[in-house]
This record gives sequence, structure tokens and C-alpha cells, in this order.
Amino acid sequence: MAAKTLTIDGKLISAEEGATVLQTATEAGIKIPTLCHLAGVYDVGACRLCIVEITGVAKLLPACTTKVAEGMEIQTNSERLRKYRRLILELLFAERNHVCAVCVSNGHCELQTLAYSQGMEHVRYDYTFPKWGVDTTHRLFGMDHNRCVLCTRCVRVCWHIEGAGTKNVAGRGGKSKIITDLNQAWGDSVSCTECGKCVMACPTGALFQKGSTVGEMEHDRDKLEFITTAREKKQWVAAD
Amino acid sequence: MQLDDLIAIAEKHKGSRKKIIVRTCMSAGCMSSQADVIKKNLETEARLQGLEADVEVRRVGCMGFCGQGPLVGVDQNGEHNLWEFVKPEDAPSIISALKGGACRVQRGDPKHPFFAKQMHIVRANGGIVDPERIEDYIAIGGYLALHHALTELQPAQVVEEVTKSGLRGRGDAGFPTGLKWGTVAKSPGAKKYIVCNGDEGDPGAFMDRSVLESDPHIVLEGMAIAAYAVGADQGYLYVRAEYPLAISRLQIAIKQAKQLGLLGAGIFESPFSFNVDIRIGAGAFVCGEETALMASVEGKRGTPRPRPPFPAESGLWGCPTLINNVETFANISAIINRGGDWYAGIGTEKSKGTKVFALTGKIKNNGLIEVPMGIPLRQIVEEMGGGAPDGRSIKSVQTGGPSGGCIPANYLDTPVDYESLTKLGSIMGSGGMVVMDDSTNMVEIAKFYMEFCMEESCGKCIPCRAGTVQMFNLLEKITRRQATARDLAKLEELCDMVKNTSLCGLGQTAPNPVISTLKFFRKEYEELLQPDPFGPAAGGAPLAPERVTK
Repeated sequence: MAAKTLTIDGKLISAEEGATVLQTATEAGIKIPTLCHLAGVYDVGACRLCIVEITGVAKLLPACTTKVAEGMEIQTNSERLRKYRRLILELLFAERNHVCAVCVSNGHCELQTLAYSQGMEHVRYDYTFPKWGVDTTHRLFGMDHNRCVLCTRCVRVCWHIEGAGTKNVAGRGGKSKIITDLNQAWGDSVSCTECGKCVMACPTGALFQKGSTVGEMEHDRDKLEFITTAREKKQWVAAD
Repeated sequence: MQLDDLIAIAEKHKGSRKKIIVRTCMSAGCMSSQADVIKKNLETEARLQGLEADVEVRRVGCMGFCGQGPLVGVDQNGEHNLWEFVKPEDAPSIISALKGGACRVQRGDPKHPFFAKQMHIVRANGGIVDPERIEDYIAIGGYLALHHALTELQPAQVVEEVTKSGLRGRGDAGFPTGLKWGTVAKSPGAKKYIVCNGDEGDPGAFMDRSVLESDPHIVLEGMAIAAYAVGADQGYLYVRAEYPLAISRLQIAIKQAKQLGLLGAGIFESPFSFNVDIRIGAGAFVCGEETALMASVEGKRGTPRPRPPFPAESGLWGCPTLINNVETFANISAIINRGGDWYAGIGTEKSKGTKVFALTGKIKNNGLIEVPMGIPLRQIVEEMGGGAPDGRSIKSVQTGGPSGGCIPANYLDTPVDYESLTKLGSIMGSGGMVVMDDSTNMVEIAKFYMEFCMEESCGKCIPCRAGTVQMFNLLEKITRRQATARDLAKLEELCDMVKNTSLCGLGQTAPNPVISTLKFFRKEYEELLQPDPFGPAAGGAPLAPERVTK
């Protein structure tokens, strides 16, 4: 496989052909914030947090779905990008009811970590305080739609790692909702295998194990990558 | 089917024509005012008055002057008459007028600037042919371009001709059509697809609907030529479910073309095969975006995906796919028949050919017009459209629907082409042109379009999903006179962010109506703002509440 040479934030880097900008940056120790990206499943470029500036390209492109090319000059951390990322996070916090103090994932939440790391100190937009329900009909797991960021990680792991196809998206725009089967209660789902991969994949406290209280819900993401590495590369090793 | 057979059909059909043709518009607009009853009454009346042998009452598509409908056209002794605002009970009067004498119906003026300034390529057969009879289309030279392409041109020569014509995509972005065809033709792959985007969704736009309802074969022929040029054998016509008449006429057209061997296997007895299937949309505006449309055709949830890869490399089911708008395909047969050079002679340096616009809003003559590119906007709205009704003046013209912008009246001398409109912060778009008079509140207009985008956002990417909600809320706050300068700043900040970070065209252009009204009508926003209690004027500190002492 041919190598490509490019610069990320002024650093000269060689990358494998076909690799994404995100993979290349991560390998080179450059951190690009992500939310919908999850190692082990394909990328959708939906959260727009990993957008980067590429010299000569008018549009900002998501690092997770953009392939490297020879001679690319990439900026991952300009003032403009940092501002956009803060705004996106503000929009997320204003969109649903993200109250860390009472959340099962407090302290282990990717949204919370992103807000800290990107310097999003407060939300200047009006909170919309939508009334979303909590689905606790499942024997083992619960889904709190108030904490959902619609990253669709759960949908992707359900379809492409577990192959059950239980989770899906219904509705559109701000009224989009993660559903089980044909918008039934999770507990009534006949396709759910109770594997718990969606719970592991969730970046926030939207999907949780029943019985966990504030701050107790930790997500084990390495297991998902372990499974895909084992399947695709036949290597039974834990991802680093 | 060979060329001789095609000519034979045309000659036979021409020979059977009657002396007088009464054309009844049966497009969705006139149909909503009982055009079907009018046609039936005209037929009955012709029989009663003993003119059955001489008069053909023909179902035709849109004649363009939709605001004056229902329309009935009469072709008699080489003269053309147009009757406007026809009611079912007017049939006896119209038929007796054929024998000479007065008619009580309002007579239209075919030399009116509304018609005189037009130039018909896409809509050449609209209002003339019966959209449900393929013989009508063949009689005026239909499918000759396809025959010419298949028998005398190599696929590369077809692409070359389209490239030479300078035709640009009529859907929205104005991408050079020839370049797109060339890319798909060169993309490796045994299986390729053609997709026709008929998911016209902009508020106030009805160009594609009219073409599909009035002349479905011109689109099918364009698709078949495109398929030959790029090496595809399967096409999909994606039409929104809100256009039932267009769908049923397309179904009839496809069936008739297949029966005559103009679609299907071995067209014109050549090795070239091409099938067309209709896919009906499910009511999502975002499915007009090409990647969302393709997901919908595949039976998936209609959400866009990041590009690249572009559909030309990886489209339907991962195969190279050519996706063009209805109007783009409708230009093709004329380009093949008359040559790319002829087409390139029309329009401006960078925008060639004609463009169909749906002229609506606060304007005297509304309807469908096809004008050469580069025509000044003033000619369209003032001469053709007749200006604003009720003695009011025109304030602004909105082009490009929710992705476009508002062009203020003092820019009316702008030529209508891709570059000039973009320079003004608007876009050509698919052809919606909404005229606004001086009673229009521009902030309300911006809010209307933002609400539309908010409702139609698919919800995949955060900037569009959550950003449109916040922008709408801020606009609502402004119109309720509850906002301060700080809210306006927040709105502008969001416009910039949503425009630059959204995944697809819907989000990237959703702020345009706000940006353009802010650019030209900022005063209207500022007049609605309230003093900021925390702003610089108040010393940056909250105003102390007044003490109430009893």
C-alpha cells in the first residue's frame, strides 16, 4: 500500500493510502475531538465536531470520513474550528436535558468531557427543555431519551456488530428519536439479543444498565473494538 | 422499432388530425379548477353543435399562464387563440365562437410580454402535446434525438455534445452537466445507474411538476440518451408523492414507450437497453439532496451522507450513478437535435440556455416562464410579471427557495445567471421566484423559511438539527419584540456556524434567507429589537429593579 505524505497542524506525517484524516492524526498523537465516531463501526460524519480545515478546500470536512491525499495541509485546531466546536456543544446541551449532577454517566460521559476539553463553559442559547420519556421496560437496560445526542452509535453497533437490527432512528430533525424495533417498548422487542453493545457504545447516560445510580454507569468501549479486530483481522487481542 | 416506423407513426398521426384543435390545459393547477369538466363539456358541445368532424378537443399540459387559468387554447386556420378563466359553463360559447362570432370568455393576448419574452426549449411542447399520448410527442419529432444518438453517435460524442452546450445542472448547484456525464462514463464498473431528481420541494416552485405533467416523454428521452452516453441500463425517476398526476402520466408514458420499443431491451433494434422505474418519495424535502435521494431509492432512511465519494463514483448500491434534475434531462433532446453549439449560443458566457421559473407571490401575472439566461430580473418581474398588484411596489424577489436569498428592488437590473445571483447572496436554485411587495415583513419571511428548514432537517448532523431550532427561536423572539442586540449577534453567529459546518446542502444553505435579509434589510430587524438591560448602553450591568416603597 502506497504511503501519502501530508501535514497536520504543521507536522509532517506519512499515512497509509485509504486511511482517514482522523486515523492518521490519532496515530501521530494529534487529538481531534469526536462524538459520533466509534472505533469498530463505520463513520457517518454526523456530529461535525471533527471538522478540519484543508488548504485549498473551501468547505470544512469531517476528519472521520475524509481520506488522506498526497500533500494535504490540514489544520485541526484553529480558532475558528474551536469556536464552531463550542457552538455545536452548546447546541447539544440546549437541545435536550443534559443535567450532569443527576446523570448515571456523570464523570464518565463523553459529552461532558468534550465540553470541558473544548472550553464550553456555559450555554448561551435558550434551553428547550423537551419532554422525552425514559424507556425502562427492558429487563437489563434503560434508555433515557433526554440524554440522547442522536450520534447513532447504538444503531450502528446493533446492526453491524451484533447484527440484530433492533435499534433505529424514527422521526426527523429535532424530533428524531432512537427506537427499538417498530417503535415499541424495548422490553417488548423480539429482535433484541440483550447483548448490551448499545449500552457500551453510548457516549452519554442515555443508555444505561439498570440499577446504576449517579456516576456509576461506565461504558466499556474496548470490547467493541476487540470484537471487530478479531473478526476482521483474526487477531484476538484487546485494542490498545 | 426503426426510424421508418417512427416516421410512419408521426405521419399517420399528423394525417388523422382535425382542422380545429381546442387545447384544454389539464395540469394540476387548471385541474383544480375543474379542467376535466371543461374538457368533457367542450367535447359534448362540439358534438351537439355538429362540429365533431372538424374539432379535436385535446388534453394538453401546462401553458404557463397559471394565474389566469383554467386555460383553453384554440388553433384554427393557423391562428392561435387563448381563453382565460374558463368555467365549465363556458363550453357552448367557446365552441360556437369557432364558427365565427363573439365569445363571452376573457380573451388572452398571445403577444403579451409574458409570452413574447419567453424562449421555449424545455417547455417547447407544454400546452401543445397530449401528455398521455406518445404519438403526439412522436408527431413533433420526439425520440428522433434518441435515434440519432444511438445510431450515429458514439457515447463519448454524446458527452462531448452536452459538454459543448455548456448546460449546467438545473437542480440547484449549477454543476456542468457534460463534466458530470464524462465522470460517470469514465468511472469503472459494469453496472451504472441514471437517476432523475423530481423531488421538487421548494415552497412556491412547480417547474418540474409542470414538465413531468405536460411532457413526460421529453424527460424519458433525455434519460435514455444519458444512459447511452454513460453506459447505464437502469434508470430511476424519483418523484415526490405530492405529485400524483405527474406520477400517473409518467407511468402511462413509460408503458407506451416500452410498447413501442423506445424503452426496454434493444431500443431501435440496437444492443442498447434501458429501463426506467418510478420511485415515489415519502414526503421529505431533504430527499432532493442527491445522497439522501439515493438512500431513499435503495429503501433506506432518506438521510444524506458526506461527499466525497460523489455519486458519479459511488452512488446507488455503490455503483457509478448519474443524477440530474428533471429540467436538465428535458434540455438534452434539443441539444442532440440542434447541436451543442446552438445551445451554447443562448444565454450568457457562463450560464447557457434557458431557465424555467415559477413566478409567484405578489405579482399580477403569475405562472410558469422559460427565459434565456442573462435576462434582467426587472424584465421578468415588471414586464412579464406586470409588477405588483393593487398599486403596490415591489420590495424584493426571493429566488432559490429556502436555500436562496431575497434580492432587493434596487438590484432588479441584475441579469439572471448563476454567478450574478450568487454574488447577491442568493442562488439560481431550481427556479422558484417569489415576488414580495412593500407590505412584506422581511423578518417574517426569514422566519418562514427557517421554520421550513427546521421542519425538514433530517436530524442527522447537529448544526442543522439543533441550529435551525435555535435560529427559529431567535427569529421568533425578534418578531415578538422580545430580543436584544445580543440575540441578533447570536443569530448571526449561528448562521455562520450552521452554514460552514452542516453535512449537506440543506443545512449549509438554511441560513441564507436570514443572511440575505440581514444584508439588505437589517433595519427591519433592528427596529424590532429592545434595549439591552445588560448591554453597553446600560453600563454592562443589570439595571437595578426599582424599589417599591409603600
